[in-house]
Amino acid sequence: MKHLLSISDLSKDQAIEILDTASELARLSEGAVKKFPTLRGRTVVNLFFEDSTRTRISFEAAAKRLSADVINFAAKGSSVSKGESLKDTALTLQAMGADAVVIRHGASGAAHQLAKQEWMKGVVINAGDGTHEHPTQALLDAFTIRRHLKSNKGDLSGVKVGIIGDILHSRVARSNILLLKKLGAEVVLIAPPTLIPVGVSDWQVGVSYSLDDEIKSLDVVMALRVQKERMSDLYFPTEREYARGYGLNSERMKQMKAKSIVMHPGPMNRGLEISAESADSQRSVIVEQVANGVSVRMAVLYLLLGGATFKELASSGESM
Amino acid sequence: MNSYRIKGAKDSNGKVGNYFVSNGKFVNESDSSSSAKEIDAKGLMILPGFVDLHTHLREPGREDAETVLTGSMAAATGGFTAISAMPNTLPVADTAGVVEQVYRLGKHHGICDVFPIGAVTVGQGGEQLAELSAMNQSEAGVRIFSDDGHCVSDALVMRRALEYVKTFDGIIAQHAQDPRLTQDSQMNEGEISARLGLKGWPAVAEEAIIARDVLLAEHVDSRLHICHLTTAGGVEIIRTAKKRGIKVTAEVTPHHLLLTDELAESYDPVYKVNPPLRTKDDVQALREGLADGIIDIIATDHAPHPHESKDCEWSAAAFGMVGLETAFSIAYLAMVETKLLTLAQLVDRMSKIPAQIGRYQGHGSMSVGVGANFTLVDLDSKWKVERLKLASKSKNTPFDGMVLPGVITKTFHNGALVYERNSN
Amino acid sequence: MSVVLNSGEISRALRRISHEILEKNHGSENLLLLGIPTRGAYLSRRIAGAISEIEKTELESGTLDITMYRDDLRLKAPRTLLPTSIPGGSIDGKDVVLIDDVFYSGRTIRAALDALNELGRPKSVQLAVLIDRGHRELPIRADFVGKNIPTAKEESVRVHLTEIDSLDEVLIEGRSQ
Repeated sequence: MKHLLSISDLSKDQAIEILDTASELARLSEGAVKKFPTLRGRTVVNLFFEDSTRTRISFEAAAKRLSADVINFAAKGSSVSKGESLKDTALTLQAMGADAVVIRHGASGAAHQLAKQEWMKGVVINAGDGTHEHPTQALLDAFTIRRHLKSNKGDLSGVKVGIIGDILHSRVARSNILLLKKLGAEVVLIAPPTLIPVGVSDWQVGVSYSLDDEIKSLDVVMALRVQKERMSDLYFPTEREYARGYGLNSERMKQMKAKSIVMHPGPMNRGLEISAESADSQRSVIVEQVANGVSVRMAVLYLLLGGATFKELASSGESM
Repeated sequence: MNSYRIKGAKDSNGKVGNYFVSNGKFVNESDSSSSAKEIDAKGLMILPGFVDLHTHLREPGREDAETVLTGSMAAATGGFTAISAMPNTLPVADTAGVVEQVYRLGKHHGICDVFPIGAVTVGQGGEQLAELSAMNQSEAGVRIFSDDGHCVSDALVMRRALEYVKTFDGIIAQHAQDPRLTQDSQMNEGEISARLGLKGWPAVAEEAIIARDVLLAEHVDSRLHICHLTTAGGVEIIRTAKKRGIKVTAEVTPHHLLLTDELAESYDPVYKVNPPLRTKDDVQALREGLADGIIDIIATDHAPHPHESKDCEWSAAAFGMVGLETAFSIAYLAMVETKLLTLAQLVDRMSKIPAQIGRYQGHGSMSVGVGANFTLVDLDSKWKVERLKLASKSKNTPFDGMVLPGVITKTFHNGALVYERNSN
Repeated sequence: MSVVLNSGEISRALRRISHEILEKNHGSENLLLLGIPTRGAYLSRRIAGAISEIEKTELESGTLDITMYRDDLRLKAPRTLLPTSIPGGSIDGKDVVLIDDVFYSGRTIRAALDALNELGRPKSVQLAVLIDRGHRELPIRADFVGKNIPTAKEESVRVHLTEIDSLDEVLIEGRSQ
């Protein structure tokens, strides 16, 4: 594994290795150890073409706990020449000797292009590309689920996860579907038909248009953010109607299985896809997801960057 | 004037013969000049020059991507002797002035015939009819009108355009794409677009317009041409329309006969094209439709773009592929090597039939007295596509690196040798 | 390939080391044994067992993973992290004995000292190893040694322990006959 662009880059064993490493790092961080010298002298660039304070801070904290040097590059592209700016930025980073680039970009495939078009040589970590993928979010979600439902070990077999809401536009959903299935979980997508992609029948996931039908059988209820703009694109008539059908509220929470948990990748629209009581309930692991994000990102950085740099590998003839 | 004696060439049916060219036309041996230059064409096929009804030349306005000259050179390299310049230039070819300019540039360079296509609506805005008669009566003699790149989506505008061009036996070439169903769309809608997070372009956005337009053409009894058909459903609609006697013709591009939407998985914008690459089933239906004659012709939709328009994120990249230089080889690979068409049938679909649809004189035939527009092709050899060596000013070919059958060795336009392949 | 320690010799060596640790630290009260995974952790458990038996007490053994502190990460593929566990939760004020199977360049122990530094401030740090094969690259020495085995650099020392291997033995590979 050279880059982390998509969950499909990972084998099941590699995914579990990331979770195990994150788990050990989380345990050490809970104790006295706050910082490791592991990536001393390495440069990690956070290249964010879209605002996402939480993801950026999470990667920054992860890199700093591993003693890497962190450069934050907020490159909100001009709409006129988006393309040129991605390429030119990549060439700049290459010239600066970035060992890893964590990229968030509004265009699906931007991370792929950064990695594959030889604009730069460092490790590329996809921190969300358009409506394509957000692999570290899926890893931290799997980590959180495993901690609660699988004693923090092995895969996710036997766990049933419902992903609710705007599947069509969600990179979090895409990465989660791939990873959860890879780890043996059962996945059901719950949304109005307008928000479920055409072609989903090939994904071997369940599809349901009714949250009320599904909620009793779910071990994990994962609510996705619903953007209010979708209304004007006719995906659903009104916010109220959406919340009535697909919003997680205390009435619905009562239907949930005893040990099941509530997740949300944030930021939340309280009152739309999730009610305030649900978000703050005992079942909610939403705050923990954020904390786990740092451990998972540390694990990813360690496993991708812990080895020799590519230049070093090239000169020694070794492979990762 | 050049005179030639082409000796020992095989025609598309495999018949070996000699061909005589004088004063720009095919002539009988007895009328051949004694000073005619002899060309030994043993082992080569002699084919009527190909006729493209769908070419983007970018001049005026985007001469960085292509000019009438470089586009003509690309055409000759691909064995074409007539091309049709789409009107989406800057300014749009929606007046007699612009179409005449393009026409004259073609004449001036003299590498192939350049027949301008006029815009249907002013500025291709889809609202107000352009001066179609004026363009027809201009020196360019425009007969085909299209808003290509945009769909004439307003049903009333489409109806009026279809009716109006009947005055001069004109034809409306529709770029079938419902704009609302394809807002910001990036690739064929299906499992792959869902997985890649690229906004889907449903087949129905194309088929709904085709269905509407064949019914409109039937209602007003006009000639309709459907540009770059890409879906199995579209083939079925045309099949039904033809059965009903509707005057509709349709084209398919070489790339839609070969490539599928899976290529988008690379996120390489060289595969980004309008209309998008579709599924394997669609490709099969297009091939069969072309074989059955439901789809009448092959057209390139040659769409040059400068490197920077493709060297960027998929969603920011321009739509389109260059195609003149690879058209024959790709079509041969997709249709003749698969035994769906004979060589002679393929050549009809690339030469005679498009010339008939466009009413282009002097093309599509090698009879005595007709313009000597032809190409010599080596079917026993293969060639490798090397994007940087393309004659087109733009290098956005999806076939880079492929080794293809059918080497165009020489192209003659009105009796003059306009292209000769380097022997190395 | 030749056997340099057999099962009986290994257990005698560990027993002797256990006695030496007790003697040097005047008993087991303030002791904290930390094995370096993988095989150092098993050795540490065995030594803790022996000390418990001798002293009629319950001495626990911990583990200290040093992966994140290695200075050769740049040269090797990243390794999976192994568990760190500190009995009693803290090393502060303890007499820490690091336990490893083979003592070679000294870099592993340097990494272990760095790791300890992050965890707290022990009263003292000592080192026990089953095999000292020489070739130190750092100024580090062992306090307790099972057996000194002079080796050539191209040779490799393999420690097998019943906990994960089929039997107890120490082998030298690559020795020219």
